[in-house]
Amino acid sequence: MSEFLRMGGYAAFVWSSFGLAAAVLLWNVVSARRLHAAARARALRRDAAGQGTP
Amino acid sequence: MSRTTTLSAALLVYRRDLLLAQRHWGQVAQPLVFFVMVATLFPLALSPELSELRRIASGVLWVAALLASLLGLELLFRSDHADGTLEQMLLSGQPLSVLALAKGFAHWTACGLPLVLFSPFVAGAIGVPLDSLGTVMVSLALGTGILSAIGAIGSALTLGLRRGSLLLGLLVLPLAMPALIFGARAIDLSIQGDSARGPLLLLAAMLVLAVTLAPPAIAAALRISAE
Amino acid sequence: MSWVWFHKLASPPHAYRIAGRLLPWFAWPAGILLAVGLVGGLALAPADYLQGDAFRIVYVHAPGAWLSMSVYGTMAVAAAIGLIWRIKLAHAVAAAAAPIGASFTVLALATGAIWGKPTWGTWWVWDARLTSELILLFLYAGVMALRGSIDDRDRADRASAVLAIVGVVNLPIIHYSVYWWNTLHQPSTLTRIAKPSMAGDMLWPLLVMLLAFTLFFGAVLLVRLRAEILQRERNAGWLRTELTR
Repeated sequence: MSEFLRMGGYAAFVWSSFGLAAAVLLWNVVSARRLHAAARARALRRDAAGQGTP
Repeated sequence: MSRTTTLSAALLVYRRDLLLAQRHWGQVAQPLVFFVMVATLFPLALSPELSELRRIASGVLWVAALLASLLGLELLFRSDHADGTLEQMLLSGQPLSVLALAKGFAHWTACGLPLVLFSPFVAGAIGVPLDSLGTVMVSLALGTGILSAIGAIGSALTLGLRRGSLLLGLLVLPLAMPALIFGARAIDLSIQGDSARGPLLLLAAMLVLAVTLAPPAIAAALRISAE
Repeated sequence: MSWVWFHKLASPPHAYRIAGRLLPWFAWPAGILLAVGLVGGLALAPADYLQGDAFRIVYVHAPGAWLSMSVYGTMAVAAAIGLIWRIKLAHAVAAAAAPIGASFTVLALATGAIWGKPTWGTWWVWDARLTSELILLFLYAGVMALRGSIDDRDRADRASAVLAIVGVVNLPIIHYSVYWWNTLHQPSTLTRIAKPSMAGDMLWPLLVMLLAFTLFFGAVLLVRLRAEILQRERNAGWLRTELTR
């Protein structure tokens, strides 16, 4: 197991790269979902206030 | 009433722009002064030794020319947009891309050409040998032409926007990088005593491409911005 | 051929609904393939003869680079469709795609730099591919900045569409010039990220990761697209019925 983590001495490079990849993937998921949720909330609020164009 | 041919309309636009440039020659001189100033920054920052400056001269000349051209691009469509001339051009029924080409060429005549004519002095001042000054002029002539074409697209897209000048740089500079690579390389080869034909020919090809493809893009951008 | 289905698709409520239905078909396979690829790349694939375990960075760098370019292409195609056929939905796709592509460009750049350290000894070299990726990032930044600085959504859509198309036309020119510039100045021993010649058991995790990332992009795009559609729709009619289903 520790051999695996050591990555032949390149641990810092390999794990930081994969960590970065995880961060980018995570950011994509979180920001997309947050945008959608905010847009939904705004749309429902607008509709509730009766502000749509007929 | 006789119909205006496209060619005469284009010539009209070209001459009008030159006339306006003549009247506001201060605005035209600014890019030139900027060019000289930017070039001056490098000896001050690095070293007065010509032998050292010679090694980076090609880069300095091109970067200074790029930045100075950016400055001149801002005003390309602004006054026409402000006084309604642009709308007239849109409504005129003349192919807008031809008029855009005329404007771009006028811009190069007023901004790029003075830069090219002045470049031997600046180049010599930063160590470029006499034999290479011709190459410098050709390289910058082609380069500023490409810049005028590509930059006009950016100028049309950012018409009327606040902080447009910053945005313009962000849009145009990446597109200008290929020209920079070959243009500077041409000057370097010449300084080393080799033939600069290869890069210069490539640069010329880029200019042809730019002059062909940019006008429709400029026209599209103008329509989008002016409506 | 009936174009009715196409026009229906382009109508916002329809597109919103379909995007929602397609989402799990992208998200789940993406997740599974990512897991498979990770195990394959990190554990199963043998270490490289020259680079040892450092080469494993390719399993996140290559997908990042691949996506950075293909997303730009997607964005440009969507922009062109929006401009030529005046389909608002296409502009929405382009708007949604841009930040995703930019994030993967950053990933490709960062992992490329990290990979460079053990390979060349420095954090950054003006390697042809890295420099190209950097310029690509500038192009993304330009499109997003232009869109952000125009208030009128219509004008913003069309202006950034023109810019995206101009960018995509320039991409091959930029690639070629940067590659040419790079080979000029550096001895061949030093250049480009040394891609290990991939044997079969090193290759399959890479293909899996490429597919996984692509499906992932699809999933994220669908979510962002739904958000874009909601933002652009002023007609409250279908919103209420759709959102409270």
